[in-house]
Amino acid sequence: MAQIDPSNRGLRLAVRYAVLVLIAVIFIFPLVFMVVSSFKPDQQLLSDTGSLRAFLPVGDISFDNYAAAFQRAPVRLFIFNSVLVTAVTVVLSLLVCSLAAFAFVFLEWRGSGVLLSIILATLIVPFETIAIPLLLMVNQLPWIGFDGLSFGWLNSYRVQILPFVADGLTIFLFVQYFRDLPRELIEASRVEGASWWMIYRRIVMPLAGPVLATAAILKFLVMYNQYLWPLMVVQEETYRPVMVGLQYFFQLNRAWGEIMAYLSLITLPVLAFYFVLQRAFISSIASTGVKG
Amino acid sequence: MTRTNLMAGTILASALATGAAAQTELSMWYHGAGNEVESDIINGIVNDFNESQEEWRVSLQSFPQGSYNDSVIAAALAGNLPDILDVDGPVMPNWAWSGYLQPLPIDEAIIENFLPGTKGEWDGKLYSIGLWDAAVAMVTRQSYLEEHGIRIPTLEEPWTLEEFDAALVTLKDSGDFQYPLDLGMAWTGEWYPYAFSPFLQSFGGDIVDRETYTTAEGALNGDAAVEFGEWWQSLFERDLVPGTSQDPADRENGFVEGKYAISWNGNWAAMNILNEFGEDTLFLPAPDFGNGPVIGAASWQFGVSASSEHPEGAAAFIEFALQDEYLAAFSNGIGLIPPTESAAAMTENYKDGGPMAVFYDLSESQAKLRPVTPGYVVAAKVFEKALADIANGADVVDTLDAAVDEIDADIERNQGYGH
Repeated sequence: MAQIDPSNRGLRLAVRYAVLVLIAVIFIFPLVFMVVSSFKPDQQLLSDTGSLRAFLPVGDISFDNYAAAFQRAPVRLFIFNSVLVTAVTVVLSLLVCSLAAFAFVFLEWRGSGVLLSIILATLIVPFETIAIPLLLMVNQLPWIGFDGLSFGWLNSYRVQILPFVADGLTIFLFVQYFRDLPRELIEASRVEGASWWMIYRRIVMPLAGPVLATAAILKFLVMYNQYLWPLMVVQEETYRPVMVGLQYFFQLNRAWGEIMAYLSLITLPVLAFYFVLQRAFISSIASTGVKG
Repeated sequence: MTRTNLMAGTILASALATGAAAQTELSMWYHGAGNEVESDIINGIVNDFNESQEEWRVSLQSFPQGSYNDSVIAAALAGNLPDILDVDGPVMPNWAWSGYLQPLPIDEAIIENFLPGTKGEWDGKLYSIGLWDAAVAMVTRQSYLEEHGIRIPTLEEPWTLEEFDAALVTLKDSGDFQYPLDLGMAWTGEWYPYAFSPFLQSFGGDIVDRETYTTAEGALNGDAAVEFGEWWQSLFERDLVPGTSQDPADRENGFVEGKYAISWNGNWAAMNILNEFGEDTLFLPAPDFGNGPVIGAASWQFGVSASSEHPEGAAAFIEFALQDEYLAAFSNGIGLIPPTESAAAMTENYKDGGPMAVFYDLSESQAKLRPVTPGYVVAAKVFEKALADIANGADVVDTLDAAVDEIDADIERNQGYGH
């Protein structure tokens, strides 16, 4: 059996780390550029773009761009709106899609295969193709609120949440994961007299941590980055999310420093959410091969 | 609080509520969200109007400019348009043709003296009116031209094609600049037809045939257009201008940093340049390429939506906003060109002898509307692509022919857009 030369092993390790560091740098440089630029005045920011100074906090550094960004747009409101819409959608989506997947995997009912195929087929339909019919539909839907029955969902949080609660990808992720759970566990529980609801709540969901994390992160990114749909259904500033808010900074004379400050601010919730769930997310990717 | 006081308070509150309810609510959309100065001015006009009379009450909703048109189109689909909305001048015919706007019922005597570019007319009717106009100029420094022995052109005697071309070559040969001219190629979108179709028009061509508006044949691929296309391509081949890959940072700062000798730029950028170079700054008219010097006209304008149930109220607000003091306020606030001489006289920059007064003169004497047709929104994108392709070396005749085919096919698909 061939012996591994320790010096070669060290070299290989060094090369591996060098490659990994290089890849990490490539991925992290745009973020560094964004954050560093958010502290520079426009003229310096633009002149620095031609050199490595673009990635270094040098020159005239201040929080002026952040102050100006808060002055130009209701940044807190936009972040609140996006976080609210995203959080509610993620929670509802995990509940509804996991229940649907549970029914597809563990319950036997006629047409489940066909219905699952139809749901999966929706994965190839781009949202842009259904945006206008969906707009016409939500514009007619009834709603019972504090002031009684009304028609039309435009200018509300619900119009940004409810159409996105159920989606093919999330159901697919849960279906795939549930299929890998040992059937004996479910069958034994049934023999012991557990109800389907109890099995879902006490057995299946406690085992579904990795897929919950993956689905949550993917849904979070989709919802937090929503642009086209809120543009179409929200005309009041009160309900605008962060991506539509970004347009506030694209005036004829663009304030690049403020744009970078705004982008840095709205990136924070995404990073925070990812860091909380990253361990489960990575283990889920490792086990399912699903990429975000 | 005694019972009597409570009753008196209730009666007073009811009376006030009744008074407020007597004002009919008018909704209004505006594209200026994110621009604090602009928002302050428009809010001020709305407040003044609401307090000036008791019949109407305007309620303003501001949108960011970049997403405004999409929001309006979505709202039109949903039947949710406001009473008053603003519209970019060249887009207005499309919105009128699509049924988003109704003719504007204001007293046209009020706008008799307005700059022509501020009047949104289509199909023989007035649909919108602007509180300002915008203009572009050849921005340079007097010292540059004097140092290189180049004549300073005037409105009466602009540069000819040969003179302009020779000036660019002289500036390039000096070696003092990366490029003698910055056309703003980094600004894609509406900038291309707004800033560059006037060159084509000055050569004698156009984006579409304005006689019929049913074809681009002959206008965009005739001899004049081909001559323009070849000259346009030669600018890039001879390295007289930066190409389509121009760094946006250079477009923003290149002239101020001395990379470019001349910048083809709008009045909205003029203040920064004036602050940098002061009296050495020159705003020069467009060259005359053979058919008279031309610059683009028309900016944002106000109109009344087709679904408004109170066009008379909407028109009352628009008439109210056309007062000189508001026109001057917009100009002083965001540097735009006031549409009347009397309003210009009230401004710092556009009054006689003001540092930007030349833009008013440019608007008055050189401005030409982009093709006034619903099909413009498509033709403009086709034109933009054709110019970028030619700049990148595509065959001029083939590219212009293909552009004509695309524009004509769109016109045909839309049954001539009502022309």
